[in-house]
Amino acid sequence: MPHDHHDHDHDHDHPHDHGLSPSGHPYRQDDDAPLTYWQRMEIAVRELLIEKGVTTAAEVAAQIDLMDSRSPANGAAVVARAWTDPAFKARLLENAGDASREMGFDIGPLHLIAVENTAQAHNLIVCTLCSCYPRNLLGLPPDWYKTRAYRSRAVREPRAVLAEFGLNLPDSTTIRVHDSTADMRYIVLPARPAGTDGWSEVDLATLVTRDSMIGTALPRSPQTVAQDG
Amino acid sequence: MVRSRIRMTCMIMTGTTMTRRVRVRVRALMPPGHVRAPAYLRGKTGVIERALGPFGNPEQLAYGLPAEKKPLYRVRFTMAELWGDRAERPEDTLDAEIYAHWLEEVPDHAP
Repeated sequence: MPHDHHDHDHDHDHPHDHGLSPSGHPYRQDDDAPLTYWQRMEIAVRELLIEKGVTTAAEVAAQIDLMDSRSPANGAAVVARAWTDPAFKARLLENAGDASREMGFDIGPLHLIAVENTAQAHNLIVCTLCSCYPRNLLGLPPDWYKTRAYRSRAVREPRAVLAEFGLNLPDSTTIRVHDSTADMRYIVLPARPAGTDGWSEVDLATLVTRDSMIGTALPRSPQTVAQDG
Repeated sequence: MVRSRIRMTCMIMTGTTMTRRVRVRVRALMPPGHVRAPAYLRGKTGVIERALGPFGNPEQLAYGLPAEKKPLYRVRFTMAELWGDRAERPEDTLDAEIYAHWLEEVPDHAP
């Protein structure tokens, strides 16, 4: 019971609360380490750009805001539209960047390819060389996506990796791994879950998780949604 | 080998829809510097999945140099080709984007 502190009989004040937050987890250490070379470089370049009138601090803050505002909900909306509108789905598979722009998402110059999961094939996205990810549409990648373990194992033993994510695919399903090595970014178009006939686009979007668009999971099913309340 | 490379490049440059499967091998080079052809694919043979059009050469872009436009392709490899007997399932595939100057065409009926 790491969150309970009533089961000791010492009478000193505030036992055990050093180092633990109210939710019972350790506080993150203050980041008192010296700046790295590249952190100093970033600050220097940013200050110079502001000083010379190339940009402003407000513009920098607004750009950070924009990056933070992008989330997997954007991708989920795209997937849900493809599930309900066959003509849109065809355009998405033809040119996913343009199809996303058509929905009003400001994704910059992103070159996006959508890969479709079917009864025969399951798609998985990785960037072995760094951490390429469709940030303009899905927001920041999860930390595990950037680890050496995921990047090296996803191409060598994708089935073992998927099993660790709780996804065990039958041998009859072909796995297609996509290594995002250059200018394209990828989004998986998962298969629409069974039992969702007549669902609205908005309701369908609630089933589309970030991981289902990376390929490490399937969308939520109506049953899991019902269980989660 | 040089001739076959030129043939592939010509076919791609003309922008004609490729109806036949074009088999390509990733060049087994190990140059210094920033390149975006992953080492695990070098020397491996696959088929062109689709042509993506011209993109600035990252080997120049990475150094702030004016970059030539290079044709970029998605190449599909089988896991059997990449990992041999250690492949989890030989028919599973891996697609990667490779620039034309890293590819050489492999004849369909290679000995």
